[in-house]
Amino acid sequence: MTERLPHRDIRLLDRMFIPGTLIGPFTQANPGLGGVCTFVGEVRSDTDVEALELSHYEPLTLPGMHELADRAFARFTLMGLLMVHRVGVMCPGEPIVCVSAAALHRRDAIDAVDFCMDHLKSAAWFWKREKRGGAWHWIEPREADHADLARWQA
Amino acid sequence: MAHHPRQRSIAVLVAPTGSAAVIRVVYLGKLADAAGKPVSEFASSSGDLDWPDLLALLDSHVGEGLADAVRDPRVKVALNGAVVSDREALVVRHGDEVAFLPPVSGG
Repeated sequence: MTERLPHRDIRLLDRMFIPGTLIGPFTQANPGLGGVCTFVGEVRSDTDVEALELSHYEPLTLPGMHELADRAFARFTLMGLLMVHRVGVMCPGEPIVCVSAAALHRRDAIDAVDFCMDHLKSAAWFWKREKRGGAWHWIEPREADHADLARWQA
Repeated sequence: MAHHPRQRSIAVLVAPTGSAAVIRVVYLGKLADAAGKPVSEFASSSGDLDWPDLLALLDSHVGEGLADAVRDPRVKVALNGAVVSDREALVVRHGDEVAFLPPVSGG
């Protein structure tokens, strides 16, 4: 069998995207895979949240996602990795993140997605604020995020 | 930090021009609210600013209390796109971009 380079698609998007339009081609780009695992996160329809805004810092945010992808490839046996994150203003129900991993074996695909999501949620360079009652409120770091990260420290 | 007597830099806030001959300061997350804007640009007579210079400028030219918000040890500092390990040793020159990065939001 010839060596093939892992398929890798890491993006920041500033407008609405439809995860299905990314996942189909991603799966097609990894012929011979044994399993593909996909997570799509959407803006929760919490009672009084009107909108969510994610800001980022161009010189750090996308390079940080690439470093995270490097770590995922180093840690798991992957054929491909798709990692797409929204920035800008989003409404409840809109997709905010999509991570998909293709591998020969399911455990690598599932764990890689879990690993990437825990790090995207708590260690990536994104700042979030939500609009409630017409006013914007910044979202602070949560204790649970540290616990999520600690799962991968071994 | 070793203290050496030196003339305090005299810096002024300038209207954003996109010019390379200024020091650009970027405020992320809620620090943009504390600053009242996402970016400031400074021109300094001596050409470089150290950490105390920079904090003094934030309070005097951008927003009162901003220096205290930035002093929070959880706030990281990036110089030209790289997070610095010792922010108190920071020296900023014309053409540089400094970013103040508060803790990132959780899920």
